[in-house]
Amino acid sequence: MNTLEEAKQAVIDDFSLYDEWLDKYEYLIELGKGLEPFDQADKTDDKLIKGCQSRLWLKCEKKDGRLYFTADSDAIITKGIISLLIGVYSGRTPEEIAGDDFSFIVTIGLKDNLSPTRANGLASMIETIKCFAQDER
Amino acid sequence: MEIKEIRNEFPQLSRTVYGKPLVYLDNAATALKPRSVMACYEHLAAEVSSNIHRSVHRVSNEATAEFENARKRVAEFLNAPSERNIVFTSGTTDSINLIASSYGQAFIGRGDEIVISEQEHHSDIVPWQMLAERTGAVIKVWKLEDDLRLGPSSLEKLLGPKTKIVCVSHASNVLGIVTPIKEICALCHRHNIPVCVDGAQGIVHCKVDVQDLDCDFYSFSGHKIYAATGTGVMYAKAKWLEQMPPYRGGGEMIADVTWERTTYADYPFKFEAGTPNITSVPTLVPAIEMLEQMRSLEESSAAVASYVLDALQSDKRITLYGDSSSEKLPIFSFAVKGAHQEDLALVLDKMGVALRSGEMCAAPLMHRLRVTGLLRASFAPYNTIEEARYFVECLGKAIEMLTI
Ligand SMILES: Cc1ncc(COP(=O)(O)O)c(C=O)c1O
Repeated sequence: MNTLEEAKQAVIDDFSLYDEWLDKYEYLIELGKGLEPFDQADKTDDKLIKGCQSRLWLKCEKKDGRLYFTADSDAIITKGIISLLIGVYSGRTPEEIAGDDFSFIVTIGLKDNLSPTRANGLASMIETIKCFAQDER
Repeated sequence: MEIKEIRNEFPQLSRTVYGKPLVYLDNAATALKPRSVMACYEHLAAEVSSNIHRSVHRVSNEATAEFENARKRVAEFLNAPSERNIVFTSGTTDSINLIASSYGQAFIGRGDEIVISEQEHHSDIVPWQMLAERTGAVIKVWKLEDDLRLGPSSLEKLLGPKTKIVCVSHASNVLGIVTPIKEICALCHRHNIPVCVDGAQGIVHCKVDVQDLDCDFYSFSGHKIYAATGTGVMYAKAKWLEQMPPYRGGGEMIADVTWERTTYADYPFKFEAGTPNITSVPTLVPAIEMLEQMRSLEESSAAVASYVLDALQSDKRITLYGDSSSEKLPIFSFAVKGAHQEDLALVLDKMGVALRSGEMCAAPLMHRLRVTGLLRASFAPYNTIEEARYFVECLGKAIEMLTI
């Protein structure tokens, strides 16, 4: 497995391939469509992330000292965004995740290009991932 | 004036987003501002900064004249019996809060009933709920018919001896269908019940004559009719303005103040405590002028509206809500099968198209329609047929991107 830094750099590189915001969104949409299936039975209120206009469920499991995330949403761009985060953070140790500053999200400029509700949603996603990591440490 | 000349008056129409021309289709949320409105604001801020109604100096007199002239102009615009029927507020929301508080205090008590239509914006629901909570009054919902219209006969069944007011919008900000206000007022008045009209959307597109409609209250926001933000109007019949107590206390709304007893100024001033929005209220004058000028674009507006209506109705992937063929404002709210409204809005944004997504401040209506939200394109007379075509083309592309 690549390192956390490598995974983040890969996302930054992917995003910088596209000059146009529309293309960056197309990329997010493709990521969203490719998100791994989520167990319908896991769509429970305790897994719902607050602050999103669209609904987003995020599940965290610990195996062999590492955290694995799965998620689903009724909006595809939300799925694309969470897929991006899952790609970077799933399979890492709680220490790695808790110690990270998540600044690559700022680097790719995504936050500035979301609607305020989506930006809130993104902040909640990050917060939830951090909380899982801190709880499991 | 030609549409091209009119468009030149709105600088924001020539801006770009993401390197693409902005196609602004969020006019029902707020309208763009013409140069005349900005010039008026700038003139007042630069040359006529002075408080009104109080000082004796020259600039203060000029500022007062500008402010009171706006009251006259608004009265004329609504065909109100007198400018004294016009109370300036900060917007529709503020106007309705004023009515709920003041009319409520004078006329609504425990067990009384407030009828509110199902299509209302939160700003015509929540102030009444707050009043009901304070007083023990009861809210009755006037449901939409199956075709999403408001039926007078359904209303009549709700009216009774305890009904103290009927609250309805001239047109919903979601459905855009024009409510038959005149008929509703006649019906309610036969039962001696006043009608409070939320005109936030209606005022933009309908010619409003409050005496002909015979409504008791009519509220609207300046920012939706091209005036500066933070301006609003509450029209009310004199009999109510006389009987309603003031809603906020402070300077300018009093006749005499002593520690023992304060007497209030006459209406409309008793409802305008404190320094009003003196730099912005006078922008209502050039704004109304622009609105009236744009009525000459009727033909082009009608062509745009019918093109959009057609395009949305003929697309099998789209469900349009409020697809009335008769009187409908150019407000189009719809859902797309298999695509979330916010995804669509985000993708369209990247193409330069600005529109609204979500509950649109009408959660009860969303529940009725059984949707979590909708996408809304709302047009102004300055929007061209080319913009409409671009929107439809982009919408098609966005749907494909999201669903295939
Ligand atoms: C029908 C309706 N009522 C009330 C409002 C509230 O207007 P404001 O926010 O300007 O007070 C709006 C604005 O969105 C509206 O469309």
